[in-house]
Amino acid sequence: MAKRIDVSGLTAYYGSHKAIDDISMTVEPRSVTAFIGPSGCGKSTFLRTLNRMHEVTTGGRVEGKVLLDDEDLYGQGVDPVAVRRTIGMVFQRPNPFPTMSIFDNVAAGLKLNGSYKKSELGDVVEKSLKGANLWNEVKDRLNKPGSGLSGGQQQRLCIARAIAVEPQVLLMDEPCSALDPISTLAIEDLIGELKERFTIVIVTHNMQQAARVSDRTAFFNLSAVGQPGRLIEIDDTERIFSNPSVQATEDYISGRFG
Amino acid sequence: MSHAVTEKRPSSLKGGSLPRWSAWAVALAATGAGLGISAAAGLDSSIQWALIAALLFVLVNYVLAVRVEGRRQAKDRLATSLVWVAFLLAVIPLASLIWETVSRGLKVFDVYFLTHSMGVVSDTEPGGGIYHAIIGTLEQVALATLIAVPIGVLTAVYLVEYGRGRLAKTVTFFVDVMTGIPSIVAGLFILSIMLILDLQPFGFAGSLALAILMMPVVVRSTEEMLKLVPNELREASLALGVPKWRTIMKVVLPTSIGGITTGVMLAVARIMGETAPVLLLVWGADYINNNPFEGAQASLPLYIYEQYANSAGSPAAYNRAWAAALALIAIVMILNLAARGIARWKAPKTGR
Ligand SMILES: Nc1ncnc2c1ncn2[C@@H]1O[C@H](COP(=O)(O)OP(=O)(O)O)[C@@H](O)[C@H]1O
Ligand SMILES: [Mg+2]
Repeated sequence: MAKRIDVSGLTAYYGSHKAIDDISMTVEPRSVTAFIGPSGCGKSTFLRTLNRMHEVTTGGRVEGKVLLDDEDLYGQGVDPVAVRRTIGMVFQRPNPFPTMSIFDNVAAGLKLNGSYKKSELGDVVEKSLKGANLWNEVKDRLNKPGSGLSGGQQQRLCIARAIAVEPQVLLMDEPCSALDPISTLAIEDLIGELKERFTIVIVTHNMQQAARVSDRTAFFNLSAVGQPGRLIEIDDTERIFSNPSVQATEDYISGRFG
Repeated sequence: MSHAVTEKRPSSLKGGSLPRWSAWAVALAATGAGLGISAAAGLDSSIQWALIAALLFVLVNYVLAVRVEGRRQAKDRLATSLVWVAFLLAVIPLASLIWETVSRGLKVFDVYFLTHSMGVVSDTEPGGGIYHAIIGTLEQVALATLIAVPIGVLTAVYLVEYGRGRLAKTVTFFVDVMTGIPSIVAGLFILSIMLILDLQPFGFAGSLALAILMMPVVVRSTEEMLKLVPNELREASLALGVPKWRTIMKVVLPTSIGGITTGVMLAVARIMGETAPVLLLVWGADYINNNPFEGAQASLPLYIYEQYANSAGSPAAYNRAWAAALALIAIVMILNLAARGIARWKAPKTGR
């Protein structure tokens, strides 16, 4: 199920603006990799290049290679739609489909793709909601609109929606930044469970969160505003937070920068 | 801080205030004064006393508030009174128009009127009805809608979801130009084609001209609605591995269907009242013609015009014209309500 990601020499542009420059890293399967770094250093941009969502933005352009178990996502003839089915994404702000019920939101990936058996749909929805630790809270109101849930529940609904299509990798862009501490904890627990099945990459601004949930941590930085972001280092989370090999990382983590 | 200052503080937050009924009292007094002044000065136009009353209302409210409440509140009251006066100015013509149409139209508005044509009644005699005109209007407008809505919505989808660069700019430009086409010009355009092909007037020709008038309105309103759909929803769908066209069909359009419906209804209401292209292309008829693809047809706005123009001032014809106007307003309103119902039924669901 879970797959390894190998990035080499990845550069991404918005039109003529270079947002990230020459990034190489390996993301291990069945692990949680956290991205930290100051705002605007290109964490989101880099994350979105990993499932080809970057090119959805006007002017979005990518150079370099992203290998998913030896297959280049940017190779010739690769269908971005197929890439996104394999590598799912959870966004910063919970974004359930407002026209759909809770059930339909979770089933959306299958229904919209038209590739499902009616009889299986109920099972998939139940399994995904259980996987997102939401089943008990919504099982009596599956036909109610998803936008009626609380923020934390909506975010777990979005996670359920993402895992319902059985991706191999799950990308999360600051999934807890709009949530209260209790909902955040619920999602962190969930991430711990999900990594048994998926490769997980999470962007976070919360150092403790990175320390709590991730196995490996990557630190991004940019030399000045307007300059492209770069990967400073990636290492085991414990090492990054105790004894990083680059001074800039230590400064950032301990709150000394500039 | 001294004791005196702390004691003063609560009172500094309070100020004099006018009672809630003061605005109503001023309105009543201003109306009375307006009437009185007009009577005394021998002005007999109701516009004059109403203007005097409105002016007095705004002034007295302001002065009173300056005296009692202070400058800032007075400005607030001034703005409020101006808004009320503007509101009344806007509502009076509307209300009087509806009143006029209903009171005059109801004279001959009955089941007989709705179910009979003018086939055996001459325009100067009483009797007859608008059945043929209702049929004509509904058929012509329905056909125009069938043509204009798919093209308009698809154009808007192209402009918002796909359009980049020169082609999109050109399309936008032409849509803008089309918005400004006078209805008679759209009619003449189709008429020239009819003359080239040597065709006689028929309902569908009118539909084509109406579709030309309708299309830019649909494009514009649909564009605005599509732009309101949050980009996050598109991204959520794309990130699930849903192809773009399916995302548009299943996420973007359903999310904005309420607004699109409203826009379409406004466009329908607009073309339903068009007379000129119908006059040129459909010609008008006194008898019932159910076939929009052959032979002249009637339509409500054209019927209203004919009842005035061709009846040599016969009161029976005038009554029929008002009743037809009432029917036209009623049809637009019924369609509007139906569309709102659909929009509400389809709109994004909120609540738990
Ligand atoms: N849609 C966009 N269009 C143009 N530039 C963008 C867009 N999104 C982000 N950028 C630029 O790319 C850089 C990296 O942004 P981002 O990836 O959002 O950073 P982060 O997620 O680390 O805060 C920033 O300089 C930002 O201004
Ligand atoms: Mg970001």
